[in-house]
Amino acid sequence: MLIQAIAFYFFAAIVVASAVMVIWSRNPVHSVLWLILAFFNAAGLMVLLGAEFIAMLLVIVYVGAVAVLFLFVVMMLDIDFAAMRAGFSRNAPLGLLIAAVLLAELLLAVGAYSAGGLTLGKAAGDAVQAADTSNIEALGALLYGRYIILFEIAGIILLVAMIGAIVLTFQPPKPGARARQDVGKQIRRRPEEATVMKNPEIGQGIEL
Amino acid sequence: MTAFFQSLGLPYEWAWTVATLTGIIVISLLVMFAVAMVIYVDRKVLGAIMMRRGPNVVGPFGLLQSFADGLKVFLQETIIPSAANKGIFLIAPIITFTVALAAWAVIPFDAGVVISDINVGLLYILAISSMGVYGVVMSGWASNSKYPFFSAMRASAQMISYEVSIGFVLVCVVLFAGTFNLSGIVNAQQGFGLGLINAYAIHPLLFPMWVVFFISALAETARAPFDLTEAESELVAGYQTEYSSMSFALFWLGEYANILLMCSLNTLLFWGGWLPPLDIPVLYMVPGIIWFLLKTFMFFFMFSWIWATVPRYRYDQLMRLGWKVFLPMSLLFVAVTSGYLMATGHFDRVDTAGAAAGPTTIVQTNSAQPTAVKATS
Repeated sequence: MLIQAIAFYFFAAIVVASAVMVIWSRNPVHSVLWLILAFFNAAGLMVLLGAEFIAMLLVIVYVGAVAVLFLFVVMMLDIDFAAMRAGFSRNAPLGLLIAAVLLAELLLAVGAYSAGGLTLGKAAGDAVQAADTSNIEALGALLYGRYIILFEIAGIILLVAMIGAIVLTFQPPKPGARARQDVGKQIRRRPEEATVMKNPEIGQGIEL
Repeated sequence: MTAFFQSLGLPYEWAWTVATLTGIIVISLLVMFAVAMVIYVDRKVLGAIMMRRGPNVVGPFGLLQSFADGLKVFLQETIIPSAANKGIFLIAPIITFTVALAAWAVIPFDAGVVISDINVGLLYILAISSMGVYGVVMSGWASNSKYPFFSAMRASAQMISYEVSIGFVLVCVVLFAGTFNLSGIVNAQQGFGLGLINAYAIHPLLFPMWVVFFISALAETARAPFDLTEAESELVAGYQTEYSSMSFALFWLGEYANILLMCSLNTLLFWGGWLPPLDIPVLYMVPGIIWFLLKTFMFFFMFSWIWATVPRYRYDQLMRLGWKVFLPMSLLFVAVTSGYLMATGHFDRVDTAGAAAGPTTIVQTNSAQPTAVKATS
């Protein structure tokens, strides 16, 4: 148990510290990197809880995909730090309000949890798993059994969002645009069609 | 090995910790040694294909060339560009190297010879390899130089694109095996082909997926013909341009450790891992680790062979291959494979077999107590 405790405090301390550094650091790229460190250590905490599937998904989805996009956007942006800090006093009340709401919600959640008896809906009776089934099987049985409709709805919402993004960013080629590439034509091209071997005499050019 | 340390009088918890740490060190050193030898093999194969000798000066047949290079690099001066973002510049190669080694934690070299035989082994490898992007992006950005940055952009786009199709290929394999555990996947391949051949790749549904996986592995490790990230004529040396001495060596070693990892994944997922090619009792006399290494190095030879043979892709061709060819193809195969398995009643068989004997019957791993490396004891 000692090793688990050491691991827990190690991961937890790093999560908290890097979360603080996300807001603290002046360079936004550093902020994103600290955020990634926080994600990664949160995955460590999940592993300690025995939720290894969630932990791996957290790393694959958030660290491996979402945060990379964050990083790209932040790296590409030409950020003016002075302008960014100029609105501090103006935005401070709004920020404080949001912070207060978040804190209240957190306290409420912790209070409700520690008061006990937190049963939202009926406990999943058909999902009671034997101790030796893996995370993946248990989650799969729940997602594709009990919550199949919610799961499908979530999938459709994501699909619609994806199509929406494509429709919003798609620009049909203008009529007078440059010639477009025909991949099949490029691949079919053979050296004989593209090159020609000549053996010109010394001092004489060639005519193509 | 946990038992060995327990017999020295350590309580279980500490015995397990010491055993695991020993396993990690041994595996890391062995992987580093394999990387050094593989770099030599790479250069020799390349030399042979180009009809020259390759390294032949240091040691017999030039065998010690990689170690000489390592020593040379170790003694060089580390240069940090004055405009670089120093902290990130120095962390980037460390991340690349650590991530490349960390993935080996779940690779089974033989039945039960694995540091951590976790249930989500395949997902762990996906997660760790998706971390590899950061070493590249951070080095490119922190160098504060044009070409490294271009190269980092190219590399990360390339890695993310091919990870998608690799993910779908893995789904097909997992559907057949019914488990994410790498040892379980290897065991499921025993006698898979007509009760005789120990390989998934001979199945008509999985062979195309293996081809996709192999090509995606080339792209994922930025190996030729997909080595656009270090296209000399366009980008100097890519994201490594500003690096020197050990920080450069870490990139280099990490790259080769990744290539070896992809080769061993080819072996484990499609060609039966430590199992002999045919399910004949005589072949089981050869230790499993020999089969594993033979297969892995055969794939490495193919990597070198391809490097020497084909010219580099153009970047738009690379992206087209990833998104317009491999992604639809692997998506289609996931649907077809699951339909086929459903129709043939494969999942019912997996369920009953799992209920009768547990997912890993041959390995005999105790999932409650993490197994340490047994090869070293």
